[in-house]
Amino acid sequence: MAVHSDLIICEHCDSLYQRLPLKRGDVARCVRCGAVLERGQRFNLEQLLALTIAAGILFIFANVFPVIHISMQGLSNEATLWQSVDALAQGRITLIALVAGLAIIFAPMLQIALLSWVLAYAYAGRIAPGFKLCMRSLEQLRPWSMLEVCLLGILVSIIKLAGMVKVVPGVGLWAIAMLTVLIILIAGKGIQRLWDELGVPVE
Amino acid sequence: MNLPPYASELQLCLCHTCGYACPVDAHRCPRCDSMIHRRKPDSISRTWAFLVASLIFYIPANLLPVMFTDILGHGSENTIMSGVLEFWEAGSWDIALVIFIASVVVPCMKFSLLALLLITCQRRSRWAMRERSRLFRFVELVGYWSMLDVLVVALVAALVQFRALSTIEPRLGILFFGLVVVLTMFAAMSFDPRLIWDAEVDDVR
Repeated sequence: MAVHSDLIICEHCDSLYQRLPLKRGDVARCVRCGAVLERGQRFNLEQLLALTIAAGILFIFANVFPVIHISMQGLSNEATLWQSVDALAQGRITLIALVAGLAIIFAPMLQIALLSWVLAYAYAGRIAPGFKLCMRSLEQLRPWSMLEVCLLGILVSIIKLAGMVKVVPGVGLWAIAMLTVLIILIAGKGIQRLWDELGVPVE
Repeated sequence: MNLPPYASELQLCLCHTCGYACPVDAHRCPRCDSMIHRRKPDSISRTWAFLVASLIFYIPANLLPVMFTDILGHGSENTIMSGVLEFWEAGSWDIALVIFIASVVVPCMKFSLLALLLITCQRRSRWAMRERSRLFRFVELVGYWSMLDVLVVALVAALVQFRALSTIEPRLGILFFGLVVVLTMFAAMSFDPRLIWDAEVDDVR
């Protein structure tokens, strides 16, 4: 059977192209609709794996340490990501706590875990057990991972509270800022390259 | 300009999961086993359904309070707009603008742009196809930033818990607002941008 992985189809307008080799930083765009078809690889597998492990460590920091610390007339309080999600889990509105929890905790966590799994095997030149399921889940999770919105939310909250109480950003905030950048670098559409690079067989 | 052929003309179809060019008569991608469709199934009616549902939820999201603030026994409830106005009147026009864009401009723009795309696709319009394609990518890109307000309420409510002195609690409005964001995201996901270009081709389903 003919192998079609040297063909690219634009997901926005269904145009068909022959794949060309791209250099680092090159971007292939569809001439019909202007959408990005493919980007030149920024990192090799080893670097991607390293960044994923770094993201895992930052994720732990982001969740263990409080993101904001406030004090007011001798009283003080601080909140971690989990406590913020938990603050929404009240009676009738609990549903929204699930959405927020997915967006800022569970989706990034699963992305990091799945990426570590498939990349660790890919680094050894092998296809991870459950590779297809992992890659499909990564595709599904991408739109629900909202760490960059969370980062802006923390900044808005700091400004919002600054008029009322004394606000100190916590260690968690710095970890989230760095983690946001890493997730954008490692969990984008570029990860689809693994299908070709590992030579996943076509039935 | 010489334009590339459409994949459907060559009996090929894109797998959204792995990017493989599958033969159109396959039901599952031969490489990754995902379901494949020439076009997303019932794209237009599903998108309309999600869009109308989110529009309905947008009403209570704006009318009901999203937050309850209690300072020294003096309680007040805030809706999304009153929160924006409070910042504006306090002189923080920049932060008022950020919240206004994230929670009013972005959802309203999403409603109208998706409706525009749906109507033009239903009429198989060939008007400004490239620009409409770009509009859709823009809608996908900005949509989830509306979650901002939900996360701000969560953080503030988690922090300000000083029993007698002051407390902040989330209120029902934030549930509806969050659901609006989720539903508009589903709407954008179920819309198939290839429908914009199908106006040029005759027999694609």
